[in-house]
Order: sequence, then structure tokens, then C-alpha cells
Amino acid sequence: MLKTFAKGGVHPPENKFSANKPIEVLPLPAKVSIPVSQHIGAPATILVAKGDKVKVGQLIAQSAGFVSANIHSSVSGTVESIDPVLDSSGYKRPAITIVVEGDEWEPTIDRSPELKRNIDADAQTIIKKIAEAGIVGLGGATFPSHVKLSVPAGKKADVLIINGVECEPYLTSDHRLMLEKGHELMVGIQLLMRALGVDKAMIGIENNKPDAIKYLTEIAKEYSGITVHALKVKYPQGGEKQLIKALINREVPSGGLPIDIGAVVHNVGTAYAVYEAVQKNKPLFERVVTVTGKNLPKPSNFLVRIGTPVSDLIAAAGGLPDDTAKVVNGGPMMGKAVTDITVPVTKGTSGIIVFPAAESKRKAESVCIRCAKCVSACPMGLEPYLLIRMSQRMMFEKMEHERVLDCMECGSCSFECPANLPLLDYIRLGKTEVNKIIRARKN
Amino acid sequence: MDSKLVVSPSPHVHSGESTSRLMFNVVLALMPAFAVSLYYFGIGALFVTLLSVLSCVLFEYLIQKFILKVQPTITDGSAIVTGLLLAFNVPSNLPWYIVVIGSLFAIGVAKMSFGGLGSNPFNPALAARVFMLISFPVQMTSWPLPIESRLKYIDAVTGPTPLAILKEGLKKGDTISQIADQIPSHLQLFMGVMGGSLGEISALALLIGFAWLLYKKVITWHIPISIFTTIFIFTGILWLVNPEKNADPIFHLLTGGVMIGAIYMATDYVTSPMHPKGMILFGIGIGLLTVIIRVWGAYPEGVSFAILIMNAFVPLINRYVKPKRFGEEVKRNG
Repeated sequence: MLKTFAKGGVHPPENKFSANKPIEVLPLPAKVSIPVSQHIGAPATILVAKGDKVKVGQLIAQSAGFVSANIHSSVSGTVESIDPVLDSSGYKRPAITIVVEGDEWEPTIDRSPELKRNIDADAQTIIKKIAEAGIVGLGGATFPSHVKLSVPAGKKADVLIINGVECEPYLTSDHRLMLEKGHELMVGIQLLMRALGVDKAMIGIENNKPDAIKYLTEIAKEYSGITVHALKVKYPQGGEKQLIKALINREVPSGGLPIDIGAVVHNVGTAYAVYEAVQKNKPLFERVVTVTGKNLPKPSNFLVRIGTPVSDLIAAAGGLPDDTAKVVNGGPMMGKAVTDITVPVTKGTSGIIVFPAAESKRKAESVCIRCAKCVSACPMGLEPYLLIRMSQRMMFEKMEHERVLDCMECGSCSFECPANLPLLDYIRLGKTEVNKIIRARKN
Repeated sequence: MDSKLVVSPSPHVHSGESTSRLMFNVVLALMPAFAVSLYYFGIGALFVTLLSVLSCVLFEYLIQKFILKVQPTITDGSAIVTGLLLAFNVPSNLPWYIVVIGSLFAIGVAKMSFGGLGSNPFNPALAARVFMLISFPVQMTSWPLPIESRLKYIDAVTGPTPLAILKEGLKKGDTISQIADQIPSHLQLFMGVMGGSLGEISALALLIGFAWLLYKKVITWHIPISIFTTIFIFTGILWLVNPEKNADPIFHLLTGGVMIGAIYMATDYVTSPMHPKGMILFGIGIGLLTVIIRVWGAYPEGVSFAILIMNAFVPLINRYVKPKRFGEEVKRNG
């Protein structure tokens, strides 16, 4: 029996159309718009002005606090404007727009393709380099990685967990990265292990990627302390808490962090970025993005410079099909529908999915028949049917008592609901209101 | 593509499951039992079932359209399921007007007056069955004999059910071995060769439907299995203590409404608990009450009452039996 997490979970159709498409380098865009808030935490402080010349990899916005991240230019050229630009959130937010001129990289970046296996840096240096490179969680959460690696006093990590689950349907960027950059990934994991002071790392991969499991298991023998684990396919196994439960059978306490039970989780994309930052001195300014959809002519995996308009990716994948009615940034379960395809790719963009009209609109709601499918689906052991009723009646204090803040918004409840009820919409509303209540209580 | 993009919060995909599909699968699961009923009870079974389904759907339509003045929702299939289950819980020679009155009670009183689908505290078909049993006790307890009554409706040849034979015999002071020759064998009971409500007789056919419901993930095993287990253990203990005064546990499982009740009535979404722990508690309660009514009560059969009584406890169960939350900290004293 393959390992998996115990409670809840669903199995949406996988639709991984681009699984066999090798990563292609997307041609340089004419212009990029790089938002200064691509991570969880404070927006970065802008360091450049209109008209400035910048190089690839140059720091253009500086981390503004402990929980924040540096931002580097992904192209060389001239800063055209520093104005709010529409991004995936649906709002216009501060961004640095650069007109591309050539492709001149910072000379400090090692552009040679050779694998650099020897690790010279010590833990402090590794964490410092990760912070300088502006690395954030590339699975989509975009939490600054150096913060996760700075273990608070009194706590100790004993295992590093590497998330190669990619449980979201459609997405294949992590899958391709594991197949094509296996050794770099392993060195990245060793860097993370040294930074944390652990001698054990476990890579969790769902069993729908047998080629990646086989390949990484094979090369892991060359690296000490790293093991690869096949997991039963079940959404949301890529959730930190679910992955830890599946691999080492520990439960992160409600309201707690993985470090509370000795674990730290990083995504495979993040581990690869760590390799590039520490071994190759390359800041995070490009990432692998899956561009896919049922009617898209050429579902693909592209290596994309941050700030490239999503429309460029769709054009390279064969162009937007005529029946498109929705474009999602991220996976179909947790991604955000964009208002316009000109929005830029950011550090958290793992995929772009175009949906045909027939799959874009929700079906009509009917009444709750109390079938309890939402309760069975919830990986956190919550009762969505109850939470939606409380939220509709504005009983937010009761929602707090029912642990609504444990909800990670995986969408399993709404996915399963035969009455098509907007369970997660109302739960989100409840979470927002409960957070307001908690803040008010503190003041 | 000139038009604007659709923007909605995640998730952007859906399982495709719907209320009507779930109900359709319940109807399918009931078909083997219906086939057996047609084989044993013939035209009476056909007429009562069709009449019950039609009147349930019609009453739902009329009440929604003309009294509540809302868009009728008969296409969700819930009225069809209620109609089928109501028919399956009455004798095949029940006069037509009682079927219609029962349907009106099920839909009008037990379902619509509480707010319709999703809001009724009691299973509509069972509430109607008990209403009919109390209002028309003679007609509701005359059981056509299988096979002989195939071509007859009101004039069907009737006889007692195995549970009634048992109750009467024990009341007279007979022992189990003295009444054993009046009771069909376990195999006959399993196949459904006995008098009884038109859809409850064949355990085999009902279990085939159970497998279908589990396969289609319409229901989970928790409620039926906990009812079966409780009845088996409880009657098993009584049987071991005194096998001359108590029927064996297999007999109890195969007779009366245990199969149809446990698989199709107790698992009614609206009137059963919302998570596995509560479902098991609910099932144990139904099992205990069924045996208590059968062994010590006035009626030979107690499944309907047991389910209705436990329906009343569902809100309490949902309130006090909570699923274990992920990462729930163990409560410490002090």
C-alpha cells in the first residue's frame, strides 16, 4: 500500500496534458512588468527609477523586512515606468516595467551548464544567499524561503521534506523539473539540509509520475541522506500538513507550523532555485510554467522570465482557443482566475490553464441535501456544510470555534458538493471576518 | 475572443456529481428488489409502485407550484425515491386510495411542511408508513403470499409474515422448535420467499443494490453495517441465552424491514448524521431499538419506529459528535 494522508481528500481528473513536453526556453518578451509584491509579506522597496538601465539579475527592489523578498530584473533594458499594473490578484499593484534591450546578464552569474556538486558554503552563507536571491516558495504559496530556514530558538528540525507531489490537476512544471534537472535538484536539497542542520531529506512524489520516481530514486543513491517516496494519488497531498502526515505520520498542531513537529517543507522548484542561487550565484528571475488546457493547441512547459505577460505564453502554446472563457493562474483547484491575459508571470505562477466556455461557469446551485460529502472530503476534519450556514447567518464567532482558520482553501468541499454550493466562497468570507475579530481582540 | 473572461473564486473544476444523479443511482439500486417483487407479487406490486411514485411526484409538483409558488424541483428525483420507498414499505394489495393518502402525507406533511428537500427531520416514506399503519391497521398488515398472488391485487391470498408467526407463537407459549415448520428456511428468507411489504422481502436483491450504492459512492458502509452488526450481536446474545424462546440472529437480519431499512431508509442523507462517528452511533441506536421492539414490544416489527426515533436524535448527534479535526491538540487539564 502506498502512503498517503489519512483524512479526507478527493481525486479530480488529472488532465496532465503537458507531462511529456520537455521544458522549452520561452523567447524574450518585448517588455516585462515585475510586481514588487510577489511574495507573502511586505512589498519590496523599489531601488530603480524611470529611465534607469538594468541588467539581467540586477537587484531592482529590496526586501522590506524579515518576511519579504528581494526582486531582481529578469531582463536587460530600460525602466519604462514604475506604476501600478494589473496582476493576477485582479488589482493594479506597484510594478517595475522594463523595455527589453538585448540580454545582458550580471557578470557575477555563472551561466555555464556544468553541474556544481561541491558545497563550499556553510549554513549561514546558504541562508544569506537564498535571501539575497529573493527565493520564495515556488509551489505557489510564495512564502520567503529564508524565513522557513531560520529555525526559531528552542525548536529543531530533524527532517527536510521535499514536495514533488504536484497534486493539482493539469500542472506538470515540477514533474518536468524533476526529470530534467534531477542532479541540480539533489544538490539544492543538500544545500537546504546543510542550512537546516538535518541529515535526512525525503522527497514525496505522487504515483502518477513513475518516471520521476524511478529517475530520482536512481540518482538519490549518489547523495547521502536523500530518499524518494512514492505516494498514492490524492488531492491535496501537496498541502504541507498533508504531505508531512503522509510521509512521517506527524500532525502539525492546529494553528502551528511544520517546525513545531521538527519538519520543514520545500517545493522541488524552490530546491532547484536554491541550487542556482548558491552554486551559480543566480537570483530568482525565471521559473518553469506549465501552459495548458483541453483545447489549447500545444500544451507546454516553458522556462519564463518573471514579468512576462501571460499572453506571450499562451501565444507560444498555439494561441488562445476561440471557445476560451476563463484563464487561471495556478492549478484548477486553488488557482486564481485572471481578469485579463496581459497580467505578468510572477514567482508563484506554476501554471496557466485556459478553460473552454463549457467548463468556465459554475452550475446552478440547489439545496443542501446533507449528503456529508463535504465532511468526508475535508482534509482538515472540518464541517463545510455547517460553516457555510454559519457564514450565511454571520455567526463568525461560532465559525472560529469550529476552527474555520484551519481551512487551507483546498476546494475539496466545493469540488464534491452535488448541490454546487459555494462552500469555499462562504468559508473564505468567514475566515476574513474571523481574522478581523481576532485582530480587534488584540487591540 | 473579444468577450470578457469569466472570473470566479477557486476551485475551477467540479466532480460533476449532482443531486439528481445521486437519486438516479438510488432508483437503480432499488431495481433488483423491484424485479423480485414483480416476480413474487405481480400486478399488485406493479400497480402500487407506479401509483405511489406518480402521486408523490404529482403532489410535490402541485404543492411547489400552487401553494409555495416556487419553481418545482421534481427533476431532482427525490420525490421518485420517496415514492419507490413508500411503495416498497407497504403490502402489494393495499387499496389505491390508501397509497394516494400515504403519498400525500409523505410529500405534503413529512417533507414540504418542514421546508422541502434537505430540511425534513424524518424520513418522508417512513413517516408516511407509520401514519398509514396507525390509520389503516388492517389493510397495512394483510400480507399477500408470494407467487400465488401474482395475478391478483385487492383479492390477493394473504398470510402472516415470519415475524408475525414468531410473535404470535411465542405469545401462545410455543417454543421456537414448535413453530419452526411454519417459518421459511434461511435460504428462502434470503431469496425473499415470504409474506411482507412489497419491496423488503429479498435480502439478496437489496444487498445487490447496497453493493451498487457503495460502488457509486452514494452512501458509505457506516450506517448499514453498524445496524446489521448491532442486530446480529444483540439477537445473538438472546439466542445463545435461550434458543427456544428467541429466534437466531440470521433470522432477524433476513426478515422484516432490516435490509431495506438499513440500506435505503436509515441512509437517507437528510435524516442521518453528517460524519462516520455519528453514523455508527445512529446505526447502533437503530439496531438496539429494532430488537427491543421486536422482542419486547407490541409490534412484531420495529425497524420503521427505530429509524424514526433515531431520526429525532440526528441534530443532537451532529452537535455533540464531531469529527476529529486535523492537528487537534489533546486537551490538558489545568
